[in-house]
Amino acid sequence: MSEKEIKSLEEIFEKRIANDEKIEPKDWMPEKYRQTHIRQISQHAHSEIVGMLPEANWITRAPSLRRKVALLAKIQDEGGHGLYLYSAAETLGISRDEMYEQLHSGAAKYSSIFNYPAITWADMGAVGWLVDGAAIINQVALMGTSYGPYSRAMIRICKEESFHQRQGYEILLTLCNGTPEQKAMAQDALNRWWWPSLMMFGPKDAESPNTEQSVKWKLKRKTNDELRQQFIDQTVPQANILGLTIPDPALKWNEARKHYDFGEIDWNEFWQVVKGHGPCNKQRLDARRTAWEKGTWVRDAAMAYAEKQEMKLEKAV
Amino acid sequence: MKNWPLWEVFIRSKNGLEHRHCGSLHASDATMALENARDVYTRRMEGVSIWVVESKYITASNPELNGEMFEPAKDKAYRHPTFYELPDELKHM
Repeated sequence: MSEKEIKSLEEIFEKRIANDEKIEPKDWMPEKYRQTHIRQISQHAHSEIVGMLPEANWITRAPSLRRKVALLAKIQDEGGHGLYLYSAAETLGISRDEMYEQLHSGAAKYSSIFNYPAITWADMGAVGWLVDGAAIINQVALMGTSYGPYSRAMIRICKEESFHQRQGYEILLTLCNGTPEQKAMAQDALNRWWWPSLMMFGPKDAESPNTEQSVKWKLKRKTNDELRQQFIDQTVPQANILGLTIPDPALKWNEARKHYDFGEIDWNEFWQVVKGHGPCNKQRLDARRTAWEKGTWVRDAAMAYAEKQEMKLEKAV
Repeated sequence: MKNWPLWEVFIRSKNGLEHRHCGSLHASDATMALENARDVYTRRMEGVSIWVVESKYITASNPELNGEMFEPAKDKAYRHPTFYELPDELKHM
């Protein structure tokens, strides 16, 4: 294809997105659009399955059967969400194995929030309330994204995910209405998860070089700072109902802006964790790699069985 | 060893409705594809029947040829009821 032809295809493509048309897998798309989507969708998928790891620790330690079935259902959902997203990425021409390879080698990123440890039962509450809460805000904004398979996966995920946040909030509500020790445990969890949750929306707009292109492709419908502000505004009243204090002395309602003002995020910590120096980066990747390697014989055996069955069928014909 | 092939999943949400495509998954054979589809796509009673078919058996039209494929239908307004001019007093037709 000549440069001129590509240019005109690109113009048609940009117009389609501007008209809110969806792009489907076999449609022509600029190579950069394809690559950016593969990167973002696969990172999103990795985040879902790495996100199962901090919770796994609490399945056998859940304080009641009610809590245990809810936690198991949430973790199972996350496995499913990973699968919807991997499938969406595969429609762009990357294989599942290539994506796993990128995750296991460290070439691909996943959400940094999962590199923090879940050390008390209250953390299961804080993760559901704050981490899933932040994820929902990001994901609702992505339901209208331009790539059809990604948008459909997001719609399905958002539908399923609202119970995740509610079950987390209920855990904290129960602790906050419990003994002083239980309430202190809830406050401690909020203290540790608040700032990392704010970091989930990514760097400030001024330091996010891909934002402009992503907004144009509707891969982002709101900027990082807008989504972060939305999260804070909606979460502060929820903390008040729990009777917990958000660990930010600068947090204050701004009547003129009609938003909460908040303190400076520790961006040094953010970049350290992104670069692999968070409290659990190594532990999470090791767990993923071990699961993959130890599962090899199961995958091979299933395939060998399927091939044997097929051969039997052919002989019988 | 070979990778597990890709399957497309179709779900009938309730009797009386058609099966609709809802996603895809990897599985070593049809039985596993059905079981995985049950676990992944019907956790909240979304279906009463599942079809799975290996993706490689699907033949899809090419969107670059959408013109010759679909445009011939565009100028055939006479296939629609509103094409026919009938008197107003004629009700219910």
